[in-house]
Amino acid sequence: MAVRLSRRKLLAGASAIAGASAFPMPSIAQKAPFKLGLLTVKTGPLAQGGIQMEQGVLTFLKEKNYMMGGRKVDFVSADTGGNPAGTKTKAQELVERDKVDVILGPLAAFELYAINDYVIQHKTPVLSLAAADDLTQRKPNPYLLRASATSSQAMHPMGHYAATELKLKRVVTVVEDFAFGYEQMGGFQDAFEKDGGCVTKKLWPPLVTPDYTPYVAQISDCDGVCQGFAGSNPLRFMKAYASAGLKYPVVTGETGGDDALLKSFGDEALGLVSCCPYTLDLASDGNQRFVDGIRKDFDVIPGFYAAGLYVNCQVVDAALKATNGDASDKTKFMAALKAVSLTDTPRGPVKFDHLGNVVGTFYVRRIVKEGAKYGLKLWNKTIKTYENVSQFWTWPEKEYLAHPVYSRDYPALRKC
Amino acid sequence: MTGRLVALTIGAIVLLTVPLWMPGIYYVNVTSQILFYAIFALGLDVLAGYAGLTSLGHAALFGIASYATGYILGLGAGHTVAIIGAMVIGLISTAIFAALSLRATGIGFIMITLALGEILWGLAYRWISMTGGDNGISLHGRPAPFGIALSDANAFYYATLLVFVVSLAAAYIFIHSPFGAALRGTRDQPRRMNALGYHVWMIRFWAFMFSGLLTSISGILFVYYNQFISPPTLALTSSAEVLLMVIAGGAGSLFGPIVGAALVVIVKSIVSGFIERWNFLLGAIFVAIIIFMPDGLVPGTQRLLRRWRSAAKTAKAAKTRSAS
Repeated sequence: MAVRLSRRKLLAGASAIAGASAFPMPSIAQKAPFKLGLLTVKTGPLAQGGIQMEQGVLTFLKEKNYMMGGRKVDFVSADTGGNPAGTKTKAQELVERDKVDVILGPLAAFELYAINDYVIQHKTPVLSLAAADDLTQRKPNPYLLRASATSSQAMHPMGHYAATELKLKRVVTVVEDFAFGYEQMGGFQDAFEKDGGCVTKKLWPPLVTPDYTPYVAQISDCDGVCQGFAGSNPLRFMKAYASAGLKYPVVTGETGGDDALLKSFGDEALGLVSCCPYTLDLASDGNQRFVDGIRKDFDVIPGFYAAGLYVNCQVVDAALKATNGDASDKTKFMAALKAVSLTDTPRGPVKFDHLGNVVGTFYVRRIVKEGAKYGLKLWNKTIKTYENVSQFWTWPEKEYLAHPVYSRDYPALRKC
Repeated sequence: MTGRLVALTIGAIVLLTVPLWMPGIYYVNVTSQILFYAIFALGLDVLAGYAGLTSLGHAALFGIASYATGYILGLGAGHTVAIIGAMVIGLISTAIFAALSLRATGIGFIMITLALGEILWGLAYRWISMTGGDNGISLHGRPAPFGIALSDANAFYYATLLVFVVSLAAAYIFIHSPFGAALRGTRDQPRRMNALGYHVWMIRFWAFMFSGLLTSISGILFVYYNQFISPPTLALTSSAEVLLMVIAGGAGSLFGPIVGAALVVIVKSIVSGFIERWNFLLGAIFVAIIIFMPDGLVPGTQRLLRRWRSAAKTAKAAKTRSAS
């Protein structure tokens, strides 16, 4: 096999050696290094989140001196280019060439779908950020673990909050026209209508929309708006929304008000209420360590993507500790991963249900000016926390799984 | 001519022994990818290189064959039915494509194929009941002809190699037949060909069909390789990528697209592991090719070799002359 030496690996090796000499080693550290692979997107339109993902992993590894569960870590990062065929090739590279023990990532649902059967076949544990509901619901992948959230998981509490605390009655939803959008808005509508609200209109602008004005113009006959935009689209949507002079309160999910966007938002975003599995505002040691680390190493304000990957690393670390550093039996290691229960992560307590999806805390935040830290002008201030939120919200699992996955047409609009 | 024979023999031996000397399964898989992308590029080359009709919608034809395979398998049919069905659907779509786009040449042709490609991409994206939308279609398993399971990477490689060799031979025969000569005639002198009594439109149509056949074959190999198909495969970027393979390798040559496919696949899947800005590198390579070898790598290298040889010959002749 060709010797493959990248800058990152060299760095990993060097710091591992430094770490090994600085600390007394348990005997287990003599084992071969633990191979940690990352599938992320470093080129193209999804790159912003993808680069944060890598930074999240590196922050964790630096903090731990490239050690996990007593083993030295070999970290391999691969750029999928944000397309399914590229993801497949890169997954093969990680599994077949680099022989990784665990894959972190990928970012997008269509990337995860592209490697889903492959990782099952090769029994490689995958800790993904991709939110596709069904991969831990109706078509579960036994080798998938999701410590972030399903697409609809953050929208359920958001719907509940909008109906019960914001007292919204009639809401127009607007989100990109793709699966992540359908599942988000399905979740919002389901929970919002359960608590007496009503979705009056659903707007679906295409993923690449140069100007949201025509969509904003269709927002009427309502007392609130739910947007679910991802990437940098929330910035442009909020601008178009404010410049149209609309004043209805806006609520959103994990991507629409991401902390990483705070530095780019202007006053138009003031008052935006979002629900997210991670909040920069969380005052805990775990979060402080993470935020300090990533600011020191990369000088960035972390958001949901970076935090998600940092938590994934913590989960792998905990599972390795539980198995005494042994990841050779993939089935056993997967069971150990699923059994992980952490209390001090940047997003608060984390545990998993039997389908491999997180049961954790979700934070409802409002964008305000007061209390902004780290040189920011705006701040996501936590106004309510929902603890132990599962992917099924308050419905029993059986009842929830009996209805189809959220789509453009499900749940249907009803007259109200 | 013997030089070419030697090169072909070496090429054949290298390709036949890939699983023996490649440093791992991963590289065998990359070689399989090169081969089916080479068939795809060859298909486009027939049209873009030999017929002078540059298509920017070929990824849609490629995708149709892939989706058809996945969809027919999803209905519960066997692999034979799926493959034949996908070929038929691929060819019918090609005929429709050809009928619509051959109304124009040049820029008009490019725009029509581009539009058709975008329509099909949109369909794949939005016709969720048929294509699964964003989430695509997954295939469970590869066929096992004559008891050889193609789920094995080496077996799949040899199957792809076999299809590749047959496709290459077919393209060779096609190009070197009188029909191929007529096709080049329609590229260079369509009016004169018309005056000579050739049915220019029909010649172009059949070239398009042959191109569609190769494209469908590679689409089927692609979907069996990835065992997954989703809308980005049909997108404009995929069409542009295969066109770049053809142009970089050399449009209007048989081996150009193969070299181009190898270049793109290697940069995309192997070099990208070393260089973060691999898109930039790929772009720089293309620019360099356009500047130094505007007719593509293979014709460019051939030209250099010829010049070098004739220079050597002249030098030799001059030497003997001065000696006498």
